[in-house]
Order: sequence, then C-alpha cells, then structure tokens
Amino acid sequence: MSRAVDIYGTGEVERAPPIIVARDLVKRFEGPDGAPFDALKGVSFEVAAGRLTALVGPDGAGKTTLMRMIAGLLRADGGALQVLGHDAAQDAQEIQSRISYMPQRFGLYEDLSIQENLDLYADLHGVPAHVRGDRFARLLEMTDLARFTARPAGNLSGGMKQKLGLACTLVRVPDLLLLDEPSVGVDPLSRRDLWEIIEQMIAEEGLSVLVSTAYMDEAARCERVHVFNKGEQLAEGTPGELRAQVTGLTYVAAPREGEPARDLQARLIDARDRIVDAVPSGGKVHFIRRPECAADSLGDLLVGCEARAREEELEDAFMLLLRAHEEEEEPTASDQGGPDQDGEAALSSGGPEPDQDGAPIIVVRDLVRRFGDFTAVASTSFDVRPGEIFGLLGPNGAGKTTTFHMLCGLLPATSGHLEVAGVNLRQARATARRRIGYVAQKFSLYANLSVRENLEFFGGAYGLRGRTLRARVRAIETRFDLDPQAQSGNLPHGYKQRLAMAAGLLHEPRILFLDEPTSGIDPLARRAFWRTITQLSQEGVTIIVTTHFMEEAEYCDRIAIQDAGRLLALGTPREVREEAGPRGQDMNSAFIAIVENARAHERTRAAAPESVA
Amino acid sequence: MSATGSGFVQRLTALVRKEMRQMVRDRSNLLVGFLLPLALILLFGYGLSFDVRNAPVAVVIDTPSVAAREVVSGLEGSRYLAPRRVTTMAEAEHLLGDGRVDAIVHLPVDFARRYAASRARVQIVLNGIDSVTASTLEAYLSGSISKTLEHRVDRGEGGLSGAGQVEIVQRFWFNETSNSTWYLVPGLVVLIMTLVGAFLTSLLVAREWERGTLESLFVTPVRPLEIVLAKLAPYILVGLVDLAMCLVAARVLFDVPIRGSLLAVLVSSTMYLIVSLLLGLWISGATRNQFAASQVALLTSFMPAMMLSGFVFDLRNVPIGVEIAAQIVPATHFMTLIKTLFLAGTDWAMVARSCTILGAYALLLTLLTRRTVRKRLD
Repeated sequence: MSRAVDIYGTGEVERAPPIIVARDLVKRFEGPDGAPFDALKGVSFEVAAGRLTALVGPDGAGKTTLMRMIAGLLRADGGALQVLGHDAAQDAQEIQSRISYMPQRFGLYEDLSIQENLDLYADLHGVPAHVRGDRFARLLEMTDLARFTARPAGNLSGGMKQKLGLACTLVRVPDLLLLDEPSVGVDPLSRRDLWEIIEQMIAEEGLSVLVSTAYMDEAARCERVHVFNKGEQLAEGTPGELRAQVTGLTYVAAPREGEPARDLQARLIDARDRIVDAVPSGGKVHFIRRPECAADSLGDLLVGCEARAREEELEDAFMLLLRAHEEEEEPTASDQGGPDQDGEAALSSGGPEPDQDGAPIIVVRDLVRRFGDFTAVASTSFDVRPGEIFGLLGPNGAGKTTTFHMLCGLLPATSGHLEVAGVNLRQARATARRRIGYVAQKFSLYANLSVRENLEFFGGAYGLRGRTLRARVRAIETRFDLDPQAQSGNLPHGYKQRLAMAAGLLHEPRILFLDEPTSGIDPLARRAFWRTITQLSQEGVTIIVTTHFMEEAEYCDRIAIQDAGRLLALGTPREVREEAGPRGQDMNSAFIAIVENARAHERTRAAAPESVA
Repeated sequence: MSATGSGFVQRLTALVRKEMRQMVRDRSNLLVGFLLPLALILLFGYGLSFDVRNAPVAVVIDTPSVAAREVVSGLEGSRYLAPRRVTTMAEAEHLLGDGRVDAIVHLPVDFARRYAASRARVQIVLNGIDSVTASTLEAYLSGSISKTLEHRVDRGEGGLSGAGQVEIVQRFWFNETSNSTWYLVPGLVVLIMTLVGAFLTSLLVAREWERGTLESLFVTPVRPLEIVLAKLAPYILVGLVDLAMCLVAARVLFDVPIRGSLLAVLVSSTMYLIVSLLLGLWISGATRNQFAASQVALLTSFMPAMMLSGFVFDLRNVPIGVEIAAQIVPATHFMTLIKTLFLAGTDWAMVARSCTILGAYALLLTLLTRRTVRKRLD
C-alpha cells in the first residue's frame, strides 16, 4: 500500500495525470481479401494512473491492436498516442523500458525452466540482485509454482503457463502493466487464481493496470471500463455507470414446468423487436427488455411464465451496447447468423420432443485411453439419448478432446466399450462415422475454395453425389444463409463457423459433434449459434459439444465435467449445480467447486506420493 | 537516454545464456551442428572423389607374345589399374556392359609384329557414361602402355630408337599428386561453415516469431542489436568447433597440406562463418516462418556455395551472367581464399581483400537483420 505513495506522492493518486492519452487513433490492416480494413476507427480515450482499467469487447473489437500500439509495437495510421508522457510512435523504446506487457500468448521459452524464464526477464529488466530473492519467492508463492522451479515451461499446463507468464511480467514493479486477455482459454480455476494475483499486486504495489478481456465478470472488478466493438469505443465509465444504462430493463423468467429453459430463451431471443438479449442461467432465463418497448408488452412471449425484475449486471449493459451498435452498422441485416427467420416457424410448429425413454444413441462404458504412461481418459462411462444436447466441460488437459476423438472414431480406445448410433466403434468405425457429423475446433475448410465448392467437396466425402448432393448443398446454403460464391478464406470468423457446421450437416447425420464451436466468436454470434443448435436438437439431431464457456452448459440437457481424465460429475445442469453445494450458484462456481473438491479428495487420498513428487 | 547504454552487458549476457541453453537442449541442433559436418567430412573425404584407383580393366590378347605380356605387367604395376585377362573380345564387351570393368585393352592379332616395326596399335574401349573417370582412365592406360614401350626402346629391343619422340613430363603444382581430396577438403570447410551458419540460424528468429516469444521480449529494455548479437554467439562456437574438426581431418585423415598461415585460415573462416550466420538470421527474421526460412536458407546459401562458388565448376569458364551471380555469393570469395591458403600459401593481399569483402557483407547483414527484429509487429 505504501508503494503507491512512494511512486506518486501522498494524495497524488487521484489527481495524477493520465498515463495513456489516445486521440483519434486509427490503425489500418490489410484484410484477408486484400482490401484495407480499419482495426481502430478513430478512438479517443484516457487512462488514469494508479487504477485498474478494463478494455472490454468481443473478438475483433480492436483490443489487441490497441494494446500493441500502447506497447509501442504497432504504429498508428492516424491520431496520436501518449503513454507515460512519451509519444508511442517516437519513443517506443522509452515506453518499452518502463512498462510490463503480457501478450495474449505470453512468449515463454518452453525449453527453459520456470526459474530460467524468471531470471531472463529479471536480467532484461535490470532487476537488482538484492531485490530478486524476495520478489521471486513472492511471485512463486502467489502463482503456486514454487514446487516446480526446475521444470521446463513447456511441460506446464495451460493455466500454469499463464501464471508463469504473469510472474515474468511482474519481475519488477512497472510504471504501467498491460495485460492482453490474460485469462483467455484458461479454465475457471486458473482464471480465478490469475485475478487473485493481479488484485493482490494492485493492492500491495499501487500498480496502474490496463487489462483487456472478453469476460464481463472480470471487467466488473475494474475501476473503469472502456467498451469496444469493431474498432470503436461504444462507452466508458465505472461499472456502476455502465450498469445504470440497463436499470429496470433486466428480468429473470422461470420456464413452465417441464419446459427446458432454452426453449423459453429461444422464444425470447427471437423477438428482436422487444428483447435485447436472453440467456439460460441456473435453470431460468435472464433477459433484457428493449428500452423503447413497454414493460407489459411481453405477455405473449412469456405465455404464463413469471418474469421478475432482476438486478442489472455489467454483462447486460454490454449486450445492450453491442446490440445497438450492430443495428446501427447494418440496420436491416441484424442476423449474426443462424436460421433465425425460419427458426420461428420451426419453433411454433413444435419439433418433436426428444424421446427421453428411447435407447441411448451413444453408450460409453469404462472408456480408457492411455498415451504411454499417461492416462488421458480414465474409466469413463456415460450415455447420450437421442435428441439430447450433451456438453463436455473441463479445464485444459482434462481429456475432453481425447474423449471426443474416440467418440468420433478418430482415435482408438485403449480399452472399454464404445457404441455410437448402435454401432460398436471398436469393430465398425467407418459405419459409425457415416452416421455422425463432426465440426473440428479449427474448422477444416479449404480457404481458397468458395463456399459452394467446400460444401460440394464435403458432401462428396460423405458419399453424396449427383442430384442428391446438389439438392442438399442448395438446401443447406439456404438454411444457413450462406453466399455460395464467397471465398471461404475471406469470411469473418462467425460466418466460417456457420459454414463448418453446414458442412458437417450435409449428409443429415443423426449425431453432430462440435469441438469448442464458440471459442473466438463474439457474444452475438454465440447467441445465434446456440439458437441453431437448439433448433437442430428440436429436429431430433443429437448434439455433443465441448466448450470452455461454463455458462453455455445451461443450453445443454445434460453435461459431464472432466478433470485430469476422470469424470467428476454427470447430469442435468441443475443436478450438477446441486451436487456442487451452496457454492454452485452459477455454472462457473459450480464447476470450480466440483473440480476443487475432487482435487482435494485426490490429494488426501494420495498424500504420500504427492509430497514425494 | 539514460537507459540506452547501461545494462547492455547485463542484457546481452542474459540473452546469450538463454540462447546457449536453448541450443544445448535442442537435440536437432547438435545433430545438424556436429554430426552432419562429421558425416560430410567422411563422405567428401572418403566417398566422393574424382580419382581413379584400382579401376578394373579387361585385357584381351589375341596372340600371346613377349611384348603383350610386358604390356600386361606394365598395367599390373600401376596402382590405379586392376587388369584381368579375358580370352575373347566378346567376353570383355560383356563385362563392360555389366559395368564389371571400366575399360577394355585389346592387343590385336598383329600386335607383336607391328610392335617390332614400331607401328603397334592398341585398342582401348572405355565406358564413356562417366566422362571424367573415362578420360582419367584413358590417360592412365595410354601412359602405362607407352611407358612399357619406351622401356623396350631404351633396352634397344623394339624397332626404331627413341629419336624424334617427345616425352611429356607432367607436373601438377599445388596439388602434386593431382589428388581430388586435396581439392575437395578446403571446399568442404566452406560448405560446412555455410551449412552450420545459414541452416541452423535460419530457424532461430522464425521460431521466436512463431511461438510468440518475441512479442514479450520486445516490451523490455532490450535493443534489437542485442537480440542479433546474442543469437550469433553460441553458433559461432559451434562453427569454430566444426572448423577445428575440418582442419584436423584435413591434416590427419586426408594428408591435405595447410600451407598458408593458420591465423589467416582462422580469421577468414570466422569472418565467413559470421556472414553465413547473419544470412541465416536475416532470412529467419524476414520470413518469420521456420519452414520457409530453412527452405530459403538452403536455396540461397548452401546451393550457391556448392554450385557457384567454384567448388565444383571452374568459374573462369562460365558465362558472364553466372560469373556475376557467383561474385555476389559470399562463399565464392571465401572459397578462392581458403583453397589458396590450404594448397598454395598465404597471399596477404588476397586475405585482406577477401576479408574486406566478407566484412562488408557482415555489416550489411547485421543492419538488415536488426531491421527484422526492430520491435514492431506491423
């Protein structure tokens, strides 16, 4: 606490001059189609010293570009940028010598040990030897890495790498700390740990921090928030000021008995003229009413469901801003994707309810997969019923992808029983594969083929030909609202995701596998994606999906939580939340509670070997 | 400003230590850095050679005679030839066709008679597929046969006296035994320096771009030049070890003389090593992609060093365009120098000229490489 005083002088913290001043900042890149595209479209803002400031926005908002410009790594194409009193274009080195910067993918040297990585950055920043001992000890303790100092950074888990990256940026007390999405792709546990470290350092050293994030709960912890979208700043203020914009517009509605929350959510989110946003949460639906729409005009949407006012959150304000901005940009084409127009028709006609009593379409019994000594998946059993949406959740390295690969017949199991669509995968992998559709995390599309060429190729690969193929391709293009002539490589990310899903559905599979389908796409596109998924499910397609967005588990009928290869929880989202006990209010905290309980259990059981290791 | 000068040594030391550790921990580095040069030395020293030694030759004698026997024993006396008697020409042709002999020496029916009249004719049939070997072999055969005849003349046994005949006494300078190992091994030094330099370093900067480590490194007080210098240091060490390996192998295994000053050899080799390390670093930084960088490095450094530097083809006989291209390749300047230093001796003027050219290249490449790590992402 005294550090803040040392740096800025008593009482100077509040009146300190801004440390970042941006005026009409423009940055232009060449887009994938060769045309110039503005990553930043004339942005002006200030960041005050001694504060925790957040830059929030979906992917493609320009957060990383802005961070890199502040770090002196990119030059502006217009406007002016001052950091710590230096011009970012002229005195980049002066800035770089005074700040610490953690890029989205922190460049750890994977063949160096934890200690060697720390030493390197301490040497480069010129940290005096007498300060190092204490500082390293503290950083290692906070990051819980003290036990592994000799381990090469390449052998750490994703969360540990991220913590080490943070430790490397904190080897000295910088005049400004830049954190570019420090928690992206990190599991909820490591995410929580990272934020504890950041907040502790701010409290103890009075750091000035600028952090970019796509998570609203993280932004809510900051003193000041700047909201960005598509290269523009939409709003700025304290979290409280931003929340005030949605005061009185936020509700929570409980679905009727027996109705899945996601059906009510689908009905609400389709009513674009009245509803800004709706998401399933804790078995209920959180939604935001449009400000211009009267509070009592929602009766036909709710059809008997009770809607109560709910305290507004930063996320609500963010969604309102985003939706308004999207509509401003393209007033008519408000669709971020998905078969929304037909969606309503399909919904009202009422698709067949999933046959809850039907025989399981996927049976997994005692599934094991080992890679050498390492057990990636340990004795896992679960069923998936036809028409279900089944979610696989877990931290990085939990065994999700391995399980997934075995289910799709891409990887043989070491032992256990595996049945997909009535076919034993150990014997007839090819037959099983014909009945499933698979959308890989990195969409397997040919960038230099057009949308139609891609679809025709994948259709052919699944054995469709001639008239059938052409008819299916046309049908799927219409359904997913795809432009057949567009070149796949030039499509925006959300659009590519739609095309990848379309390709996976060409042969009308009974089961669709989606591996991390929503990573890297913005919240509006994610809503549209889930809208498509719920609709497919109503048509009887069974969906298996992995995700690291815990709140997306609420869209699923049932979920499985994996950690370190073991299945920790299995059931409906509500059952899983209840299993987590009082801490499991939302999916995120339920997940943390379950994984922590299991790890604590494991530790007490294997206390002796653990301490040796 | 204040931070510019201070800390240079500390940062450079830290970076060099890091590069050293990374180099030692990456097995593929050691493989390319030490085992590949060793393999090249052995391959070029023992396997690759333009010399003919113990070449199998079929000898067909239609009518046995004293003269014919003397010719055969003349052939047998040569360490370059391994004659074997066959009875018919057809059989000899068969052996040649199978590649079991490289040449046929045919002494026709009237050999002894014509020989007495000093008008002897000998048919030599050569496998012309490998023209270099064939012409060498031809020279050996005709040399051996004419020597036998001369001996007879000297003894006064055969026909006319030696009057009017001219004997050509060959004398190769610098490579007295006309041994191609002598000629290949100095070239090998160039090839290995090129390979270690450009190929190993071509991965270094690109790897840091690919793994995103440069972005973190950039936002520290580190200067671009320090990054470049730190990457050079460990590989200079590897290159010098390889140079030592080459020199020892040249001396001990292949008996190649090193007639020039050892100091000149070391200085010029180090200069060339630095040039080729920098070339690799520059390619690496410019491509920012390990695969592309290694391909480009192979094509722009190793291939020209092999084809254009005068290692294989004599540059005096090439068209002007190729000549210009060859002069641009740094390896050409070092190749000429190192061959002279090995086989002829020290020509200090030449050392100075070549080292100046190499120094200019080193400076240019340092500036270019520094630009590729100039702490900007756009």
